[in-house]
Amino acid sequence: MRAIATVFATVFALGIWLYAGVSAHSAEKFITLTSTTSTENSGLLRHILPMFYKKSGISVRVVAVGTGQAIRIARRGDADVLLVHHRTSEKKFVADGFGVKRHDVMFNDFIIVGPTADPAKIKNMKDLTAALNRISSSKSHFLSRGDDSGTHKRELSLWMKTGINLKKVSGTWYRETGSGMGATLNTASATNAYTMTDRGTWLAFQNKVGQSILVEGLPPLFNPYGVILVNKAKHPHVKAKEGQVFIDWLLSKEGQAAIGEFTIKGKKLFTPNAKKGQ
Amino acid sequence: MTDFSDALLTSVGLIVNLNQDLTEIVLLSLRVSFSALFIATLIAMPVGAAVALYRFPGRTAIVVFMNALMGLPPVVVGLIVYLLLSRTGPFGVFGLLFTPTAMIIAQVLLIMPIIGALTRQVIEDLWAEYEEQLRSLGAGPGRAITALIWDGRYSLLTALLAGFGRASAEVGAVMIVGGNIDHVTRVMTTSIALEVSKGDLVLALALGCVLMAISLGANGGAYGMKALAERSEK
Amino acid sequence: MTVNADSIFPLELTDLRYEAGDKRLINDLSFTLKAGPRTIILGPNGAGKSLLLRLCHGLINPSGGAIRWHGAQARNPSDFQAMVFQRPIMLRRSAQANVDYALALRGVSRAERKHLTQEVLEKTGLTEFAKRPARVMSFGEQQKLALARAWVLKPQVLFLDEPTASLDPGATYAFEEIIAEIHAAGTKIIMTTHNMGQARRLADEVLFIHQGKLLEHSPAADFFTAPKNPLAEAFIRGDLLWGPNQEMQS
Repeated sequence: MRAIATVFATVFALGIWLYAGVSAHSAEKFITLTSTTSTENSGLLRHILPMFYKKSGISVRVVAVGTGQAIRIARRGDADVLLVHHRTSEKKFVADGFGVKRHDVMFNDFIIVGPTADPAKIKNMKDLTAALNRISSSKSHFLSRGDDSGTHKRELSLWMKTGINLKKVSGTWYRETGSGMGATLNTASATNAYTMTDRGTWLAFQNKVGQSILVEGLPPLFNPYGVILVNKAKHPHVKAKEGQVFIDWLLSKEGQAAIGEFTIKGKKLFTPNAKKGQ
Repeated sequence: MTDFSDALLTSVGLIVNLNQDLTEIVLLSLRVSFSALFIATLIAMPVGAAVALYRFPGRTAIVVFMNALMGLPPVVVGLIVYLLLSRTGPFGVFGLLFTPTAMIIAQVLLIMPIIGALTRQVIEDLWAEYEEQLRSLGAGPGRAITALIWDGRYSLLTALLAGFGRASAEVGAVMIVGGNIDHVTRVMTTSIALEVSKGDLVLALALGCVLMAISLGANGGAYGMKALAERSEK
Repeated sequence: MTVNADSIFPLELTDLRYEAGDKRLINDLSFTLKAGPRTIILGPNGAGKSLLLRLCHGLINPSGGAIRWHGAQARNPSDFQAMVFQRPIMLRRSAQANVDYALALRGVSRAERKHLTQEVLEKTGLTEFAKRPARVMSFGEQQKLALARAWVLKPQVLFLDEPTASLDPGATYAFEEIIAEIHAAGTKIIMTTHNMGQARRLADEVLFIHQGKLLEHSPAADFFTAPKNPLAEAFIRGDLLWGPNQEMQS
């Protein structure tokens, strides 16, 4: 009988400790920002968010998923602020009433990476469509993320100009990984394939065995980001006030400078481009 | 092979230096999985025992269903809980999404079937052995249940370990409902997934070693408890 | 819980029937048992002896007929009964704890339980095993423990189902000694066996069962010297009740 009592007491105490630990964060002020894995993996947010916290006392919880998923999370009202890089989707988000207003905040770019040996011979080409056509005709492996992310949507739009029917060739030289950028780069490295990635993920990525940047700096590869406050009218519980404080800070001189000074291995990654007087 | 030895060294380094990030992540992982184990056991163990001891219409269906649920993929459970807890979902008003509580809920749902099914099996076998004698002494299933649970304590402990293992090793559910938020809902498995996605395979493997060490510790501890108990009975 | 308070005897069975599937295993059994004499239920294997015991103890429900204890409407007869099976069933705990458990089920206070357990373990010579896990004891010792566990409940009737079938002679002797003691203290003994020697040693009265039918119910002295039923006679003689022998019905 005493043994049972001891067991219950221990378990109860354990339960209290567990609960206390688990609910530790619920007291502080915070907003939920949903953004993309490429943004998170670049390390930018880790760099600038502590600065924001110091200034405002508001903690920003980042849920980093693919662009499509991020937008859906925001549509459902499970986040307060949306930060992604696909203009068409962002505009639709606001047009459908889920977002208050879209603001330019920064841009970086996409690059085409592939095997250093470059079997399709596309290195330093200036015509992106021609380069993609060469990959196709040489039947070199190209990996698509295939996950409805911002990167994926951009990649599809680039292929549209070549006129190739991707559905027909999927599974042959064109392969869809259905995964994030990191997993796709891992696969590209392991199978000597070409793929399109954002520069930030690439710079931070640690598994570049046998791969190099082959095409960069061309206009279609320009990658602008937009930040949007989720509309309180659609989702009454949204932390509109704190969310706006965050957006204002991002667009402010201080926030923009923080974005601009961020480097990976000495290389600048994002260019702040908030419009004056937003 | 160097990847493996690098990973092992890195993991030892992380543990020995008591890396702060790592400690935070490990503590959260333990808190989430143990909480889930606690709650799941409180619900599933009596249910498993009841199904073992009583005959009622629909019993076979429940048994088959419970067993089948053991095969639920974690990511599916995560998806279901996400849709339930989302602001547009039925329980959205509680604002539980992207919190450790959501992760605990998902893991509770995930491990209840295995704890229930294994409990049922253990109690059923014990009751088959003891039923006549216990009824003779005046104990029907209701009165016998505590004696059966105590008698089967080691087998039931194994059931709990199985549940804990399933909870602490899964990544699909906690990723979706927790969001892998740094310092809030990042646990061992989601950290590993993150490091893989960043290409830092050595760190990912090192974290995997730490996770394995914890699992070894839990199982070793349980085995040690059993050995101690058996020695004290002699 | 003394044995003599408000006896549940006589036990009356009327036209008892038990069927499993389409086989009739107990066939229109009727008899009355009084408290007092040691009753041995004798018969070949498969006669239905174990089944009969379980029906009387209430572990199985009959398909037809009635089992009536004296004053049974007023209380639960199983409160006054105990049973020892052919194989000892012990919980995974100490010998002492197993006995204690039986008392705890009856609502006996902790101090009383401790005292009673100690007493019965002494009387059955099992004190040295008190704190050891019951399951590491030898088979014979475990059967004695099962007997101790039943005895400690001070039942009005003790059912025993071939309890010494797997015991060596020494263990059987010790076991039968304890049964004698239990009987002397006032408990009715109802025991099944297919062993003639044991029946001769222990019986005060005999019920001879064969193929689910009661063929003879007599005092022991009469039964062994001058059995009325030819099959009983054949059995006593040592014949196998099989084949042509079965044609002889009373």
